[in-house]
Amino acid sequence: MDSKIKHIDKSQFERIGLDKSDIKTVSGQNTSYWKDAFRRLSMNKAAIAALVIIIIITLFSIFVPAFSPYTISEQHLGHTYAPLGFRDPTDGHMHLFGTDSLGRDIFTRVWYGGRISLFISFSAVLINFIIGIIYGGISGYAGGVVDNIMMRIIEIINGIPYLIIVILLMMVLPAGTMTMVIAYATVGWTGMARLVRGQIMSLKEQDYVVAAKVMGARPARIITKHLLPNTLSVVIVNITLSIPSAIFTEAFLSYIGLGVPVPLASWGTLANEGSRVFQMYPSQLIIPAICISLTMLSFNLLGDGLRDALDPRLRK
Amino acid sequence: MIKYIFKRIFYSFLTLIILVALTFFMMRLLPGDPFIGQKAIPETTLKALNEKYGLDKPMWQQLLIYFGNVFRGDLGISIHYNRPVNDIIRQAFPYSFDLGIRALIFATVMGILLGIIAAVKRGTHWDTLSMFLAIIGVSVPGFIVGSLLQYFFALKLTQWTGIAFFPNTGWNGFAAKILPSFALSLSSLATVSRLMRTSMMDVLSQDYIKTAKSKGLSQKAIVWKHAVRNAIMPVITVLGPISAALLTGAFVVENIFAIPGMGKFFVYSIQTQDYTMISGTTLFYGAFLIIANLLVDLAYGFIDPRVKLSEVKE
Repeated sequence: MDSKIKHIDKSQFERIGLDKSDIKTVSGQNTSYWKDAFRRLSMNKAAIAALVIIIIITLFSIFVPAFSPYTISEQHLGHTYAPLGFRDPTDGHMHLFGTDSLGRDIFTRVWYGGRISLFISFSAVLINFIIGIIYGGISGYAGGVVDNIMMRIIEIINGIPYLIIVILLMMVLPAGTMTMVIAYATVGWTGMARLVRGQIMSLKEQDYVVAAKVMGARPARIITKHLLPNTLSVVIVNITLSIPSAIFTEAFLSYIGLGVPVPLASWGTLANEGSRVFQMYPSQLIIPAICISLTMLSFNLLGDGLRDALDPRLRK
Repeated sequence: MIKYIFKRIFYSFLTLIILVALTFFMMRLLPGDPFIGQKAIPETTLKALNEKYGLDKPMWQQLLIYFGNVFRGDLGISIHYNRPVNDIIRQAFPYSFDLGIRALIFATVMGILLGIIAAVKRGTHWDTLSMFLAIIGVSVPGFIVGSLLQYFFALKLTQWTGIAFFPNTGWNGFAAKILPSFALSLSSLATVSRLMRTSMMDVLSQDYIKTAKSKGLSQKAIVWKHAVRNAIMPVITVLGPISAALLTGAFVVENIFAIPGMGKFFVYSIQTQDYTMISGTTLFYGAFLIIANLLVDLAYGFIDPRVKLSEVKE
């Protein structure tokens, strides 16, 4: 039994070495976080449909008022309360969505209203984003007494129902589009600030932040290079989900008579005007109502989709 | 615990004071004058009116007087109606409260049920359906829901069938209360059901649910005795914001259905620049909601012992 083990010659072996192509087949392609998120989002049919609807509504709001043959306040007293798809046989005026009590073209007004409503909500949310990220960033990074005071201020602002503050502000400020933005932005930023603060609080304890600090990075660099980029996904979801809330606030205020002043029109003021003649001419309320609801729905769906796509913890 | 309660009460009180001051200054900053708009008023009458309502005193005195009055529960006299604001609130608020409570109960009960169904039947058509309803509820503003309900169920249904199932407007009898309450509750219902679904799914993946399953409990017992009781907690936290949404939402729903509640007075007082009426209503609603929030927070601490109140931080 001894030494029956055959000696194996080295020449019987062949060195294969490292084959790069093998590695690729095993590990798959490298993807960045954002690419991966986008791939997941594109698999979500509802979110993509919502995105398409948002783009269509935005494009219509931009281009229809610019190319429409009518202006928003042009009156055609010859055919007031025209029905949908109306065409005047005498002067050849075409009104796709009909006309209102003063014979104004509703198709033009609806998309002009979309311009105002979307402008108000986008700018309000943008301002909220800027204030929120600065306030929340400082509060979360500073911690301690500063954080405590800053959070108490937010708590007090949140203690008062925001619609009541917005109503009070709307009454004091002169009526106009920017007033709407300012009124909403005055109270709307607290949610974003809280969110950013919470994120920063948990991120600043992470090892890579401590490492950066040890290497002598200044707070400004740590915040802008390490902390904020990592809160971005949560912030994007929050922005998307707060647009419907801004659209709702605009519509609500216009509906109770605190909207943009008369020559202008927003979806809220159109809905308000439509609701007065609703029982006779239901389309005048239903059209702006569909626009408001469809836009809010799309942003909600897109926000939900983005949250699922950007937050790996929720991956099923 | 006691420390937390006092701290919480103190902050609520502080919020209230800031709200009072804020309302006061906003009202004074308003462009226009409450006495303008009626016929030209002689100088002496104007002076007498200003004296009567204390508008001739320096600002800080007015503020102090205002604080004193408010904390004695006197909200002043409505400039437009020439009646005490307290009176108007006493007369109109019960309608709004009735509407709000109905909507609140309907929203919470239905929302919780929908959320449970969605979570238990996760991934099925039930889940899709209830979440679809929820997202519609979040996306369609209450005034649109109200107008549509009124059009189809009060107007058209009566025209088609010849029987008036639901009256068009008003607040008399049970049938009249169904449509407004439903219109008001829809968005809150959606919020509750979404929250309940998330919370329920979270609980259903916990170890103690697995334990209950492995010892052979029926699905029914697991869901109702083990899961729902724990999952319902987060819903309690949104009751505060939801009551705020219902109260302000009632402004428009009351207008649509011509319910003689606070909403009508509030919207009208905005149009007539009735200083005392606006500030009175704002304060009343503000105080109402601040107290509601306080109660919800305290109740949450008692119901859920895992929340150590003294350590609660956002």
